[in-house]
Amino acid sequence: MDGHGPAGVGGVPPTDTGNPNYFHKVVDCQWACPAHTPVPEYIRLIAAGRYSDAYMVNWKSNVFPGILGRTCDRPCEPACRRGRVEDEPVAICRLKRVAADYKDDIRDRLPTIPVAKNGKRVALVGAGPASLTVARDLMPLGYHCVVFDRDPKAGGMIRTQIPRFRLPEEVIDEEVGYITGMGVETRLGGEVTSLKAVLDEGFDAVFVGTGAPRGKDLDLPGRQEAAANIHVGIEWLSSVSFGHIERIGRRVIVLGGGNTAMDCCRSARRLGGEEVKVIVRSGYEEMKASPWEKEDATHEGIPILNYMVPKAFLHEGGRLTGMLFEKVRAEYDEKGRRRLVPTGEPDERVDCDDVLIAVGQENAFPWIEGDSGVEFDRWGLPQLDAVTFQSTNPRVFFGGDSAFGPKNIIWAVAHGHEAAISIDRFCKGEPVGERPPPVVETSSQKMGIHEWSYDNDISAAHRFRVPWAEPEKTLRSIAVEVELGFDPKLAFAEAQRCLNCDVQTIFTDQLCIECDACADICPVDCITFTPNGPEAELRGRLNAPAADLTQSLYVSGDLKTGRVMVKDEDVCLHCGLCAERCPTGAWDMQKFLIEMTHAGHACRSH
Amino acid sequence: MTYLTKPRFHHPKLPTNALGYTRRDYEGAISTLCAGCGHDSISAAIIQACFELDLPPHRIAKLSGIGCSSKTPTYFLGASHGFNSVHGRMPSVLTGANLANRDLVYLGVSGDGDSASIGLGQFAHSIRRGVNMLYIVENNGVYGLTKGQFSATADKGSLSKRGAANHDQPIDLASMALLLGASYVARGFSGDKDQLVPLIKAGLRHKGAAFIDCISPCVAFNNHPGSTKSFDFVREHNEAVNRLDVMVERAPIETEYAPGETVEVTQHDGTVLRLRKLDADYDPRDRAAAIGYLQQQEAKGEVVTGLLYVDPDAADMHDALATIERPLNALDDAALVPGAKALDKLNASLR
Repeated sequence: MDGHGPAGVGGVPPTDTGNPNYFHKVVDCQWACPAHTPVPEYIRLIAAGRYSDAYMVNWKSNVFPGILGRTCDRPCEPACRRGRVEDEPVAICRLKRVAADYKDDIRDRLPTIPVAKNGKRVALVGAGPASLTVARDLMPLGYHCVVFDRDPKAGGMIRTQIPRFRLPEEVIDEEVGYITGMGVETRLGGEVTSLKAVLDEGFDAVFVGTGAPRGKDLDLPGRQEAAANIHVGIEWLSSVSFGHIERIGRRVIVLGGGNTAMDCCRSARRLGGEEVKVIVRSGYEEMKASPWEKEDATHEGIPILNYMVPKAFLHEGGRLTGMLFEKVRAEYDEKGRRRLVPTGEPDERVDCDDVLIAVGQENAFPWIEGDSGVEFDRWGLPQLDAVTFQSTNPRVFFGGDSAFGPKNIIWAVAHGHEAAISIDRFCKGEPVGERPPPVVETSSQKMGIHEWSYDNDISAAHRFRVPWAEPEKTLRSIAVEVELGFDPKLAFAEAQRCLNCDVQTIFTDQLCIECDACADICPVDCITFTPNGPEAELRGRLNAPAADLTQSLYVSGDLKTGRVMVKDEDVCLHCGLCAERCPTGAWDMQKFLIEMTHAGHACRSH
Repeated sequence: MTYLTKPRFHHPKLPTNALGYTRRDYEGAISTLCAGCGHDSISAAIIQACFELDLPPHRIAKLSGIGCSSKTPTYFLGASHGFNSVHGRMPSVLTGANLANRDLVYLGVSGDGDSASIGLGQFAHSIRRGVNMLYIVENNGVYGLTKGQFSATADKGSLSKRGAANHDQPIDLASMALLLGASYVARGFSGDKDQLVPLIKAGLRHKGAAFIDCISPCVAFNNHPGSTKSFDFVREHNEAVNRLDVMVERAPIETEYAPGETVEVTQHDGTVLRLRKLDADYDPRDRAAAIGYLQQQEAKGEVVTGLLYVDPDAADMHDALATIERPLNALDDAALVPGAKALDKLNASLR
């Protein structure tokens, strides 16, 4: 061979595909999901019309498929491989909703709850997604769980802070009901005022999932005088949700650029707000709201004004008349840090009848006593073990927004699963730091010479839009859901866009005769046969240079000619053409199913 | 064989050439040959070469005869002219097409059955006439479509898949091409695209009859121990005489070679062929020496590959016949039908 590279010298060792993380990482969506939901698995089930099965795959992993299918922050979608080979990722979140919308009655598939309890009692403070997930995992093991919440119904922020036009109440009742229906004892409608009192009740463990309930206020001139028409967004949303507030003024200013601000402005639009404006300090691009939430607000005719810093509330005779803003621009120092600098233009006055403040949330634990053994850091968050969520009082565990500050529902669920493992091990007297490994299954998808048990004919379709109800209908009521969801036909077409990244390309170097057939057929040039070398150098001389260092290289052992097979996982379509064109079966397409193990027996399958 | 169409998605950073095309734009339909067929690698090399040469696909004509190899033009250059002709008759059809329109780039694709058996005479005459073309034989030593009988290029003593030995003398098409006056002769191997792609590029840019004998293992019938056209055998016995770099425009020299290590040949159209010598004594400009060297090495059982011979100043068939430069389809009626007087004059000149 007239080799071009430093054959073998400092080369990359063969990839250890036995490490479950290797192929898990190739399933970008599942890897990005805090709860590691097997996304391609349930998308295939949706395509096959097996909605109930798809729902249960979700339910096991993320507990609230119908709720998350409407409200999730979707960390999976920016990670989706499809977004790297064409314009937009698969609409994973909305496909999840399809499973929830079209499933049959699944109640007989829920885990059976033992009649004989194991004698352990666990208190869950706050009835939000984190606590409910802990209950979902511990109830089937025989625990006695008691949920506390100040609101009269379970659900936490899912119920109080997400407007009905995004998430109908029936969906909440159904999915929260699956858990409370397991026989969880509920103590609702009364605030927990003392951790010590809870501990004194003799619970074996206490889980704190109280969320991040306090919305930040803005202490500006005029705040006190015009208080009647100034509302903290989160609390206002909650009041709307419970029907305590039904109207708002004609002209409304919403301060803040996060998703709560988006919920506030769209809710205001439905409660009499005709001129609703969102005003943010930063630039439009830097707003924390998800791009699709900003789009939805814009779609409803709500302007977003940027680079305006609130300066004062204006009032006349105790009534709010408007707000004053300082105009700024962004400047960046050499480290890329942003500073907002006044432009020198005169302050801008914006008239309004009501202001909604949605500039962030604060943690607060006034009910946790200083001598309860739970220590806090200087930001007011509890000091926790990052893996077990155990606090400095070993009997007390945290999860959700109350653990690490505001995130979103899917994180709360992931925390709940982990905390449940910790609580289970703690109650059994096992070391809490030892975590059960995930369950991994690989199975060949080969059914014939060129036939696979998954659909490897890649759809070229672009992302389908979710149909919306008529705006004349939705803007008139706070309770009419805006999105109609995919119908089965659209759902099938969208599901077919999934690249099946969990069907892995498995390479057996002893079988390879180096005929180049796989490298020739690969539509995205991800396979190269080349002398080995140090990774950085190797990446540069592949058929398509592998510039994205976050994506792994799959490197084989030495082949007959002394070269190695290198596959850049980055944009592999998982189309299986390499395996179809391989004369010796050195390539095979194998489904890699990884399920995170939840609390209880390591081999438990529900 | 694959039933799917190859997905249209390509690598987001797939480069484009001077015409704005990606390599994928030079592909054809998906191959229906056996999985792992060497011919598919040659198709991929042709695609790569045409992409790198910035050839406009609609200015290429690909012609073939009958056989596995002659099916392959369907699998590359989907936007080019194609003619799948009669068994062994590709050279005549190509010659005719070239006479009618010399402006196209002609690529003849054939196999060892098509060119060394039924079409041996056609092969010989197209070469000796100096038709301006690149003629590629995808040589696997067996009749794959009829399940693996020895072809005329199978080596004496090599074994069939069932174990029977071949008792006939092989036809070495590269040696024949040299004898018949081909002005560009190379041998490649489907399993080494680094070598093959530049050989195809130089052949496409060569004026005159260019011939490449490309060893292409038949994975289904001729890739077993005892075969001399298998991946393993060719890799073990591959004796490359040089490595070729093709420079269409004089690019700055990136790698320095000591004097005597390289040979540079400038072709008719200005293309520079820089040959890094792997065999210090081999001179690809000496036809007689090339013939002798091939015979010597092949007697030892070695497979000589690389650019074996090139005559950069060769004339082609059009030069010999002094034909009109414009393609026939670009001539008007007055030129094509010159009238009775012109005919009388011609007849008079022949009396």
